Amino acid sequence: MQNEICCESPIIAGTAEPETNIQHPMEGLLRMDRMPHIWCSGCGLGSVVTAFVEGLKKAGSDFDKVAVVSGIGCTGRVAGYINLDSFHTTHGRAIPFATGLKMANNDMTTVVISGDGDLFAIGGNHLIHAARRNVDINVICVNNFIYGMTGGQTAPTTPLQARSSTAPYGNYEQPFNLVGLAAAAGASYVARWSAMHVRRLADSIAVAANKKGFCFIEVISPCPTVFARKNMGGTGLDLLKSFGERTVIDHDADPTKIPIGMNDEIVCGNFINEDRPTYWENVQTGIRDAVDKENVYWKNL
Amino acid sequence: MKYWETPFGMQKPQVVSGHINILKDRCKGCSFCIDLCPRQVLEYSTDFNEKGYHSPVVANLDACTFCGLCELICPDFAIFVVETNPKEAALVQEK
Repeated sequence: MQNEICCESPIIAGTAEPETNIQHPMEGLLRMDRMPHIWCSGCGLGSVVTAFVEGLKKAGSDFDKVAVVSGIGCTGRVAGYINLDSFHTTHGRAIPFATGLKMANNDMTTVVISGDGDLFAIGGNHLIHAARRNVDINVICVNNFIYGMTGGQTAPTTPLQARSSTAPYGNYEQPFNLVGLAAAAGASYVARWSAMHVRRLADSIAVAANKKGFCFIEVISPCPTVFARKNMGGTGLDLLKSFGERTVIDHDADPTKIPIGMNDEIVCGNFINEDRPTYWENVQTGIRDAVDKENVYWKNL
Repeated sequence: MKYWETPFGMQKPQVVSGHINILKDRCKGCSFCIDLCPRQVLEYSTDFNEKGYHSPVVANLDACTFCGLCELICPDFAIFVVETNPKEAALVQEK
């Protein structure tokens, strides 16, 4: 049946190389010498990368003026695969690096793409202080509820009663609510989506790319190899579908009151979008005021 | 004859057409594209790719609206759709 269709009409291209020599639209934006990537079959990280690039295209960003910074972990590999100005930093230090990068090159859109373990466990302090200062960076945190690369240990986001390598009878620790933490620390833009909502995620990334201030986007992504295996979650597709089924979209929800449980509903949406003076603006006005005062002082002498 | 507005039905609706390009050997068989396609255009192939996975094949191209969800959700950058205008599609078919 398949062969018959393929032979008769050439417009059905089920083959590797169709007649037209068109490349994949992501080809120029990925470091193709590093492909195939290390992410498992069923992992949502590749979808997040595509959604990120799609979001930048929607926002009309100049790709020469975008810098991607990643930490350590499965998600930390994004900086290595994406063919923009990118840096793979030490564990947890993606946000300090991005802050410095933004201070030195204020015209660059600086995006941190990293995992929940990198941004909230070892890098937790950096994240809340960057949100407090309202540094003009975008943080995309891919949350897979577990430390994937190191073998499935309990992460600060592992839901109560979820099993992991270090919690074989279920996790007894209360997890972080990432959007709540970022909102409470003072982020200007807070959103949560799952890897299932690629279009909405791309829209959020587009909004964040053009927004001044600290933007935080949490992306819930399936981890088929450890989280699904430890928790009888099935394949990556089953996990992704369950995220889709459990999702309730509510843009007006209070981000501090929507933790993610093991089987509860997941409230997604763009929760916060407000303007606060950024760190750069405060520094500029502060320096200008100080210089003006000095000038007045010297003139009056 | 001049109309002050275009009469309804004068413009023929254009049928979208295009290609679904599958880079077979890049696929890791996660089946996101097959199961999440809103129109059930794709299905598993019976043969293996070089990694040993069953990559998707186009089963029902007529149902495809070229929404590009498969391209957006594929984690392995292995599928993309190219929309062509009806004229171009006709030319391709004649070959």
